[in-house]
Amino acid sequence: MRALAQVVAEADDRGGTRLTVLRGESPLLVRRTGGRSGPGATVHLVGGAAGPLRGDDLRMEITVGAGAALTVRSVAAQLALPGRPAPPSRLTIHAEVAGTLRWLPEPLIAAAGCDHCTETRVEVAEGGELLWRDDLVCGRHAEPSGDARLETTIRYAGRTLYRHALGVGRHADGWDGPAVLGGGRAVGTVVAVPGFAGSLPASAGAALMPLAGPGVLATAVGPDIRQVRAALDPLCEPVEEARGGNESTLPPWRAEPQAATAIGTP
Amino acid sequence: MSLATLLVLADGRLPAGGHAHSGGLEAQVAAGRVKDLADVYAFLRGKLATGGLVAAAFAAAACARPAEWAELDAGLDARTPAPALRKASRAQGRALLRAGRSMWSLPAAVVPASGTAPREMHQPVAFGLLAAGAGLRPHEAAVAAAHGSTTGSASAAVRLLGLDPFAVHGLLARLAPECDRIAADAANRSADPVDDLPAAGSPLLDIGAEHHATWEVRLFAS
Repeated sequence: MRALAQVVAEADDRGGTRLTVLRGESPLLVRRTGGRSGPGATVHLVGGAAGPLRGDDLRMEITVGAGAALTVRSVAAQLALPGRPAPPSRLTIHAEVAGTLRWLPEPLIAAAGCDHCTETRVEVAEGGELLWRDDLVCGRHAEPSGDARLETTIRYAGRTLYRHALGVGRHADGWDGPAVLGGGRAVGTVVAVPGFAGSLPASAGAALMPLAGPGVLATAVGPDIRQVRAALDPLCEPVEEARGGNESTLPPWRAEPQAATAIGTP
Repeated sequence: MSLATLLVLADGRLPAGGHAHSGGLEAQVAAGRVKDLADVYAFLRGKLATGGLVAAAFAAAACARPAEWAELDAGLDARTPAPALRKASRAQGRALLRAGRSMWSLPAAVVPASGTAPREMHQPVAFGLLAAGAGLRPHEAAVAAAHGSTTGSASAAVRLLGLDPFAVHGLLARLAPECDRIAADAANRSADPVDDLPAAGSPLLDIGAEHHATWEVRLFAS
């Protein structure tokens, strides 16, 4: 399956954000959600088919113009599944950010037998702001991890700020050893430019790391996604949303992380 | 190339301060993730496949195109999110350049027409420049860098866990074929643009290094 999704967010003349392009193809469907009163726009990724499956070639292009603010979330985890013998499934994400982009999707789950590669390239213009989160769960409950590779490049003002690759599964030597993920089956990273508004709860499995350029990385590793969320969610969710409780303000699909379904599973 | 020159550069007794670093092992021992010989093997395999591959690729690239050392150095900054690891890598790069000054001269492309050779860079870049200065080839720089990414942690394991040094060296021998494979991969990519060079990260080494840096008492600098 091949699909292209495009989102272009631009500042309107009333201090808000309008989406001048919002286009997707199954399984990468995009929907505008949330109210239109605030300064920013929110888009949810809604899957239109199971997967990604082997052989899928998906591409997502995001542009956030100066003065615009866009938040991208997904309604369910992305479940990479095995399929017929075919090249690895591939998701290529390219974002150009002059305004503010918050990329906060649900985790990628590498189901046993999958072979998946996510390649991310983000160009942040000088003065642009970014929150870029990637959570990965290595296998569904009590199953071995499939093969998944994440290749991430984040650039700021024309210089590479963060370059990171992570491979898990049979073809990634030593990935479950104590140098990489140890016994952890979930890992999450968030890159924030210029930095985080929130703070990281003290945890032996997480750290906040100022990058050499502008920006900060938060990384968390845990036995499952709950520990990763406990560490990273407070950094990513603005105080307004979290006020007056914690779980209750999260959308219902955030309450049961392990019950996540494949993008697009009807 | 001279095989003996390669051995001099790859020798763990090169006085470049490597003995002061455990390559992240001390933090993982303290966290209870490394307890015995099998854990040390799993640690070394993961380190070789991630940081070892990156070090080998940057050493090979710096050896192949020394004039680009500053771009390569920035590439390692982007691949080393943990400030404690950037500091450790730069400290070891400085120590290596200092030791190297009395061994070989750096490639002419690195030394400005007027002024002194750079003294501040990440260890793999310094390693590649020194290899070029010694007349070695990128593949040789890569094999020595990949090997060097495991030996420091291995000898630290003997001290931290009181393991049998023979058994620990047995692990290094078992890893040698993988070292060769990684070095060949790294050398093949030594002409790639900096952004395309390997970037395999090790989340637990990053997290461990940041926690380790806050300890008041520790045996190793990193």
